[in-house]
Amino acid sequence: MNVTKLISIALGAILVNNFILVQFLGICPFMGVSKKMDTALGMGFAVTFVMGIASAATWLINEYLLLPLGLAYMQTVAFILVIAALVQLVEMFLQKMVPALYQALGIYLPLITTNCAVLGVALLNVQNHYNFIESVVYGVTGGLGFLVAICLFASIRERVEDCDCPKSFEGFPIALISAGLLALAFMGFSGLRIF
Amino acid sequence: MNFKKQLREGLLTQNPVLVQLLGMCSTLAITTSLFNGLGMGISVLVILTCSNVVISLLRKVIPSKIRIAAYIVIIAGFVTMVDLLMQAFLPDLSNSLGVFIPLIVVNCIILGRAEAFASKNTVAASAVDGVTQGLGYLAALVVMCIVRELLGNGTFGSGVLSADGARIIAEPYPALMMILPVGGFLTLGCLIAFAQWLVKKLNDKEAAAK
Repeated sequence: MNVTKLISIALGAILVNNFILVQFLGICPFMGVSKKMDTALGMGFAVTFVMGIASAATWLINEYLLLPLGLAYMQTVAFILVIAALVQLVEMFLQKMVPALYQALGIYLPLITTNCAVLGVALLNVQNHYNFIESVVYGVTGGLGFLVAICLFASIRERVEDCDCPKSFEGFPIALISAGLLALAFMGFSGLRIF
Repeated sequence: MNFKKQLREGLLTQNPVLVQLLGMCSTLAITTSLFNGLGMGISVLVILTCSNVVISLLRKVIPSKIRIAAYIVIIAGFVTMVDLLMQAFLPDLSNSLGVFIPLIVVNCIILGRAEAFASKNTVAASAVDGVTQGLGYLAALVVMCIVRELLGNGTFGSGVLSADGARIIAEPYPALMMILPVGGFLTLGCLIAFAQWLVKKLNDKEAAAK
């Protein structure tokens, strides 16, 4: 087991190639539920959770079902179905077994099906030829990167709300520009290498 | 007449990107050159029209409880077709768009139109809706691409006019930042602000005319 590689995957997913700010995956929930800090936190944890499980499930499906049967071209269809089923399953499981967590994540769970970061991580795992452990690490840390970005952005947005800005920039446009400045800050990590 | 109204909605007053704020990921990610923007815009236009037609055809057959899953499977089918065709005939484009082609499956524009329009309207109307909304997406992408490529790279139409495109701003001056992720957020922010201003102005004018 190559620990350095795992650490570099983790660091890359959280900072250098942050899913939202550098790779532009999962912008919709990033913009949609970042108005308040507590909802942003809930969404962040829900995404991290699902991305980890989805990476594991899609890796197994790809390796033991699609590749042996020569169905690699069905990846997109198979992955999205697996993710949709998985989200439903996680929702049902949490509702039954961990109602506190279910209450906290609430409406964000079903929304995750159409979060492109989840399908994105599944496809990128295949593209980068990651093995099982690497895929799971990439999924979880990618989710953590999402969590970091959405929390930073939510706290910026709470402040921007109180500021005066030109009429046509109110609401969404000014949020996008703040996100741009956040992305500029994350560019500072781009030289970061661990080995 | 209806087509004209839908076209105006798609291009401006109900533009999927600029007004409805759907499909942000691909809009921000791939708009670094005109070639990418056109490729992505046309792919979405084709997929949106096809999926709208099929979903509209099946709207009485699909049980409402599992409709979202059914829509996703239909959309994923078309996306896979476009993905494979592009890999076969336009490998360059396929490489530069990368993971964002399969990700059209979860592009909210397509699922949004399926749910809001195609599942309630006739086949012809849904086809028109697919084309006009797709054109709106394409237009927004093309504007983004032109602005970002010009400011970030100093060229116009690289990959479309010629391999490197026509150089407009001389070498050391373009701000590389604009084709990096930062530029995507800034350009889209300004563009949406402009669209909001324009739509508001048009609405005021219509209200004044009445």
